[in-house]
Amino acid sequence: MIGTLAHGAILVSLAVVAFGMFFIPFAIKRDRRDWVALAYSAVYTNFLLITVATVAMVWALVTHDFSLSYVAQVGSKATPLFYTIISLWGALEGSILFWAWVLAMYAAAVVWINADRPGNLVPYAAAALLGISLFFGILLVGPADPFKPVFPVPLDGPGPNPLLQNHILMAVHPPLLYLGYVGMSVPFAFAVGAMLSGEVLTDDWIKITRRWTLSSWGLLSAAIIAGMWWSYEVLGWGGYWAWDPVENASFMPWLTATAFLHSVMVQERRGMLRLWNLNLVVGTFVLTILGTFLTRSGIISSVHAFTTGTIGYYFLAFIAVTLLVALALVAGTSGRLKDEKRFDGPASRETVFLLNNLFLTAFMFTVLLGTLFPLVAESVKGVKVSVGEPFFNRMSLPMIVALLFLMGVGPALPWKRITMPELKAKLRAPLVGAAVMLAIAIAVGTRNFYALVTFAFVGFSGASNKFEFWYGIRARQRAHGENYLTALFRLMAGNRRRYGGYVAHLGILTVALGIAASSTFRTETEATLKPGDSMTVSGHTVRLKQVWGREEVQRSVIGATLEIVKNGAVTGTIEPKMNFYPTSQQPVPTPQVKSSIAGDLYANLQAFRPDGSSATVRLIYEPMVPWIWIGGMIVVLGSVLSILPARSRA
Amino acid sequence: MNRTRAFLGMLIAIPLIWLFARGMGRDPRDLGPSPLAGREAPGFKLAVFAPGQETLARPAGDTVRLESLKGQVVVLNFWASWCLACRDEHEILSEVARLYVGKPVHFLGVLYNDDAASGNKWIAEMGGQSYPSVLDPGARTAIDYGLYGVPETFFLDANGRVAFKNTGPVTATVLHRVVDSLIAAAAAK
Amino acid sequence: MTRVRSVFAALSLALTLALSLAVAMPRALVAQQAPAAPRDTLVVTPEGLRAGAPTKATDPALEARTSAVASGLRCPVCQGLSIQDSPSELAQQMRSLVRDQLAAGKTDEEVRAYFISKYGEWILLEPKASGFNLLVYALPVLLVVGGLGFIITLVRRWTVAPALGDASDASDASDRDAADGGENSTT
Repeated sequence: MIGTLAHGAILVSLAVVAFGMFFIPFAIKRDRRDWVALAYSAVYTNFLLITVATVAMVWALVTHDFSLSYVAQVGSKATPLFYTIISLWGALEGSILFWAWVLAMYAAAVVWINADRPGNLVPYAAAALLGISLFFGILLVGPADPFKPVFPVPLDGPGPNPLLQNHILMAVHPPLLYLGYVGMSVPFAFAVGAMLSGEVLTDDWIKITRRWTLSSWGLLSAAIIAGMWWSYEVLGWGGYWAWDPVENASFMPWLTATAFLHSVMVQERRGMLRLWNLNLVVGTFVLTILGTFLTRSGIISSVHAFTTGTIGYYFLAFIAVTLLVALALVAGTSGRLKDEKRFDGPASRETVFLLNNLFLTAFMFTVLLGTLFPLVAESVKGVKVSVGEPFFNRMSLPMIVALLFLMGVGPALPWKRITMPELKAKLRAPLVGAAVMLAIAIAVGTRNFYALVTFAFVGFSGASNKFEFWYGIRARQRAHGENYLTALFRLMAGNRRRYGGYVAHLGILTVALGIAASSTFRTETEATLKPGDSMTVSGHTVRLKQVWGREEVQRSVIGATLEIVKNGAVTGTIEPKMNFYPTSQQPVPTPQVKSSIAGDLYANLQAFRPDGSSATVRLIYEPMVPWIWIGGMIVVLGSVLSILPARSRA
Repeated sequence: MNRTRAFLGMLIAIPLIWLFARGMGRDPRDLGPSPLAGREAPGFKLAVFAPGQETLARPAGDTVRLESLKGQVVVLNFWASWCLACRDEHEILSEVARLYVGKPVHFLGVLYNDDAASGNKWIAEMGGQSYPSVLDPGARTAIDYGLYGVPETFFLDANGRVAFKNTGPVTATVLHRVVDSLIAAAAAK
Repeated sequence: MTRVRSVFAALSLALTLALSLAVAMPRALVAQQAPAAPRDTLVVTPEGLRAGAPTKATDPALEARTSAVASGLRCPVCQGLSIQDSPSELAQQMRSLVRDQLAAGKTDEEVRAYFISKYGEWILLEPKASGFNLLVYALPVLLVVGGLGFIITLVRRWTVAPALGDASDASDASDRDAADGGENSTT
């Protein structure tokens, strides 16, 4: 019954959404604001109906209603309640439902916040969001119907994918990812609205769009970092990023959104790059859909592929329609967009933003090309090739290094132009920062070229961004005679957007530092230990105490208890485990990490003898990994600072 | 200007869509022909752990060498007790192997990343296996054959070359078709 | 307007309920004939786990070469991980095979060639930079170089010579912005 109710809700929402989508342009044409308001009800009602369906699904999961296909697929009576609830996004159909719900929520929020805005921008944007909702609604009644009845009703289900019920971060990463990913639909909708309403000729639409992009960008950043953290804690190889198609899919829109957040300033300040910004907004949205298509249709991964049915064709059709509509609109608009064509000097912030956009876009293109290349090679040459981590590392490092450098140059340069003495003064601190970091890196034994350059540029840009705060504070102290802290507070309160940006920069630099240090100085060793044996990795010694087994409700667990030994004394234990789920032939590695700000000791149980006589353990020491997670939080803080509206005066 | 831009956009969009449409049409499980196809099958010397039944039986502990099977068609099936899909093909393989008793065909199971005890237990649960199975320590033979996973079935012709590889559960139709054609090819010479 | 909205929402909810009831009947009947479709079985089942082969701790030079070669080879049962990184059993076995072949005197290239002969070029995590594969290396480079050229010409063409007099008002802009938090920020 609950399935039927939810199914009905989705069907009605389809009708409501279709009505709203077609009625809005009609209402605008007739110039009837009251009709537009009526059509907005479709947006709210859609949100209400999809909420009903989503709540119904959660209810069905919690009550183990195995008569619904999705529950039969991911549910199990043995699964703890927490993991039962989050299995809402644990498989295809549920994740599409969740997507539709987030989208409906965004659409409702957009209309709610901007309902009183005059002009046709918001109505058209609402229509565009309804159009996207329509697509996801169709998926929910078609190829991704989570409410299909199952008969005979199974008594129990297999439970969610073991990988997804093994760590608490699975409750954090997917919702953040959807919020960020789906949120990119909003800027796209505003771009469509701007082009349809003609507001694209003014720069006002870009201000709304920028904020929505920024919030989605912050969420997507957090999601990417949380995803890295999850891989690190769950996959058992001590890494956090493998350039997997799924990771690439989340990274590509992040890159174009980052490019947009920078280039939008050039449009606001100098009236340039209007068409380019439009393309970035559209491109970011298309990349989210493309990424979903790549990872959900089974087109890319060859070995682990399940038959995913026809959903890929739906996505393909949607991509085609979106591209067609967007191209037609952009082409129709491009002739009317008049850019200012004036630089005041080659050494200016504008130029840095152009370069930043070039490298970010080229980076995105490289990731896209690498992800698609196996498909291209197979279609064109009939050869199976792999494009994996070594390729992406080789190609992206130069671009990452360039971006790290620009991150320091940009804030140091003013708009328009700079004089030579000023440039020298501005670059003094960053150069000192670079020299210090370089010296430290060499002193601790870095010899790899890219690692050295990365450390130097992190020092360069770190100093540059920090000194922006310092210049601001000094100027305030001179002007208002405030003390240091008051000056810092008022400075940031007075221009949150700008200093939020610098905070985000410092966050990214912290992430870069963590990645560079942990990948350069990672040491690992693997050994088969008998109880009492020890192994050592870069000065950290562990001793196998025992190998044990334990039955839990939903799984059985094999663990190895290792004592951390320092100067002959036991200072703690580290306990890597392997979880065996009844539905999976493959044990799920459950490494354990002992974190400190200096670095992580990471142990993974690779194999064991069933009689407990030995365990094979991989022991890794990775310096500064926690800095990545901390850096991620700083990035989020920076984006929050930037979104908060600037109050007139703090 | 507008037309040029739209045209340029289409120039990028259309090949992309074509690429995806093509990609969708392909079976993601199809890993393509084995690079070994048509080449001499990697030799091996492996110990029998599951003897098989009746005329096909070989005593446990006996060593099977690929060279000694020259002149016969060899069906090499990689399996494991933890492999779900192997259950689907088990009975078919056993049955077909029995049908070819007396023909120049040799069926051999290779246990992949599993131990003899679990393997024998599984065979007993599944109601026996008509042909013998061997152990593959360290998966060296599996890697030699470029194995992606189990089940995979290799068909070697009478000259000891890899003629065909079947990924996933093998069907009776495929078994008969490939084995018959390989026997015919051997006889024609 | 709020009334219109409430009516609209209420109507939709009512319609939902009505539809659900209408749909529930035939569905229940249909359901009895349609058995659940069997779930797809994973053909290539990843590793089962058994007691691992003990790893021999050997000389560091061999270990370094092993991990260098293993980092470039793709684990057949994983999602794009190398056999160096993957904790799966097959990856461990392949790694030990790499070590044994290197110890037996094979060159790195010969070990790679062995794996290519078994698994095809697919096993290489980085495609060979030759023939058609050159595209994947060249296109990003071309894009960056072309883009740099484009930006340089753009900046050159659009740069207007600064009038001598107003050099100062631009250069101290950032200081001034910071001081009064101005920078006509648009939020």
